[in-house]
Amino acid sequence: MAKMTYIKAITSGLDQVLNDDPKTLIFGEDVGKNGGVFRTTVGLQDKYGEDRVFDTPLAESGILGLAIGLSLTGWRPIPEIQFMGFTFEAMDGIVGQLARDHYRFGGQKNFPVTIRTPFGGGTHTAEMHSDNLENYFVSTPGLRVVTPANPYDAKGLIISAVESDDPVLFMENLKLYRSMKDEVPDDKYTVPLDSAKVVREGSDITLVAYSAEVNEALQAADALAKDNISAEVIDLRSLSPIDTDTIFASIDKTHKVVVIQEAQRMAGVGAIVASDIAEEKIMSLDAPIGRVAAPDSVYPFAQAEGDWIPNADDIEAKAREIANY
Amino acid sequence: MANGSKQFVDFAKIKATMADPYKHPVQVIDREGKVVNPDILAEYSDDQLVDFMKKMVWERTLHEQTMNFSRQGRLGFYAPTAGEEASEMGSVTAFKEQDFLLPAYRDLPQMIQHGASVAKGFLWSKGHIEGNQYDNPNMIFPQIIIGAQYVETAGVALGIQKNGDKDRVAFVYTGDGGTSQGDWYEGINFTSAYQAPAVFFVQNNGWAISVPRRKQTAAETLAQKAVAMGVPSVQVDGMDIVAVHEVAKEAREFAAAGNGPVVIETLTYRYGAHSSAGDDPSRYRTKEEEKPWFDADPLIRMRKVLTDKKLWSQDQEDKLVEEYKDEFKNAMKEAEAAPAQKVSDFLKWTYNVPTPAVKKQIAEFEAKESK
Repeated sequence: MAKMTYIKAITSGLDQVLNDDPKTLIFGEDVGKNGGVFRTTVGLQDKYGEDRVFDTPLAESGILGLAIGLSLTGWRPIPEIQFMGFTFEAMDGIVGQLARDHYRFGGQKNFPVTIRTPFGGGTHTAEMHSDNLENYFVSTPGLRVVTPANPYDAKGLIISAVESDDPVLFMENLKLYRSMKDEVPDDKYTVPLDSAKVVREGSDITLVAYSAEVNEALQAADALAKDNISAEVIDLRSLSPIDTDTIFASIDKTHKVVVIQEAQRMAGVGAIVASDIAEEKIMSLDAPIGRVAAPDSVYPFAQAEGDWIPNADDIEAKAREIANY
Repeated sequence: MANGSKQFVDFAKIKATMADPYKHPVQVIDREGKVVNPDILAEYSDDQLVDFMKKMVWERTLHEQTMNFSRQGRLGFYAPTAGEEASEMGSVTAFKEQDFLLPAYRDLPQMIQHGASVAKGFLWSKGHIEGNQYDNPNMIFPQIIIGAQYVETAGVALGIQKNGDKDRVAFVYTGDGGTSQGDWYEGINFTSAYQAPAVFFVQNNGWAISVPRRKQTAAETLAQKAVAMGVPSVQVDGMDIVAVHEVAKEAREFAAAGNGPVVIETLTYRYGAHSSAGDDPSRYRTKEEEKPWFDADPLIRMRKVLTDKKLWSQDQEDKLVEEYKDEFKNAMKEAEAAPAQKVSDFLKWTYNVPTPAVKKQIAEFEAKESK
């Protein structure tokens, strides 16, 4: 077991799946010799050859077309879309084609594609490099959407995603790439694609978050603990489907909940979670469902990110309000 | 232009000459039925030529019968194919069963030739899942999003290359309007970058619903667009089945030998409406425009060549038409006997491993369906 960054954990997972299955292929812009603009695929072309790890021309729709066509000829593609903002160029490929294809064949053909893409605010990138665009994809039947919040889950989830015969959108958080280290086993292990995880146990209030906001929620929980408010923190890990069982079990214990996301508030993952809770658990709640989300503006210019992205203080304030309701 | 005198780059000349290599579409039989390339024609046996004619009569009859079924309300979306018989039958017959076909919605006749049944074609039009499932696995259902089949072709061709399959290519169709899509360029360019085996067809039938070919691009030909991607291309008389077949066959050989992709523009015409769903060509084109194309009909010219060779008679053709009509009526009966579709099945096919919410919905619909 070694201490590993989030990005190294993903590289380690990719190394594992390339080693395990000769039909896996990694491709995208700059993923070959350069090892990706963030070095996520570094060393993999040297180890597995240009036949398995290769650069594409600069066109995202073409990359998705490759992934679908390679699936049709028996391959297991792992395309990279260099930044999630660029998925708009591949929207037909992901949503219009890939997600529907298993259904369109009546289950006769599989499209085991894992699309890796970095996203998330807080690193002062250029425009269209940080947006949280998961809302577009979690409303797409046929597509799974997962996003790890720590190195251990990053490796386990990327392996599960690649081994899944369903198409998976694997969202990698830019800010987490090198900002945290974890004990990550060298050997192969998997993290299930459709399960949330209780990352801190508590009894007074449930904080539901995902990706970088999990760390913010954990910091908020520390602050709340000083005032004897015991917060339970859940990391969704999977955004489609959402593991409501884990959330409901927690609410049965705490009877209060705050749902947190970095994305804008409108029509987001938090809204889905809140509506699921309202539909099934409203009689178990002692307070309204709290929500923490970014405001409904376009993603801010980099200098103002800090004022826009929800942080531990925002979560703490909302949690106090709900806890004291 | 420096000071209005010396010219460093002569853009006007470049513009005026860039289509030169494409100015003369290749042809074997001209519109009067005259053989203009006897050497190529001589490569084809009498049986092959008769088979070409039979296939065109088959496609024309399929079209007419399909229009009848449409009027009777027995079909859903259907894109008429009359006029495009030489382009469609001439091309598809140049490919082998192991080649991978990526069709668009006007390509049902090629799909049927490639191993989907007529009944499957009807089921696709009617909106039934069995219309997407074929005995030949080397085929995908008709693409609706224009251009998507082109980028997917790049993946299929690369997959064929990586699998080390010899004597196997991907082939794909779109229309003249399709060449304006970004995916059209991306698909051809990716395939070219990897030198993967594919043949890209552009059936230029003059119209993208109501928008004429000249409004899609200022390029004089669509074939010349391939040059920018480093891909050889040709413009062929799409009403001449022998010419279409010959270029398709040679393109397939070129691509299968590892030389990268080829683009083929067939010059053809859509006699009827864009689709069976209410399009009326009289809103956007004239009888005067249509007439020369109707006169260039691919069946008329092949009929003349075969009649001159004493290989064909009207009597023979009339009998064939009746046989084909019976075939299509039986196929419609087969299509109409397909089992009713179930929402629970749709839910089961959405994911390989159903999500908890989908599992619950499957149970709900199965309960309803068993009542």
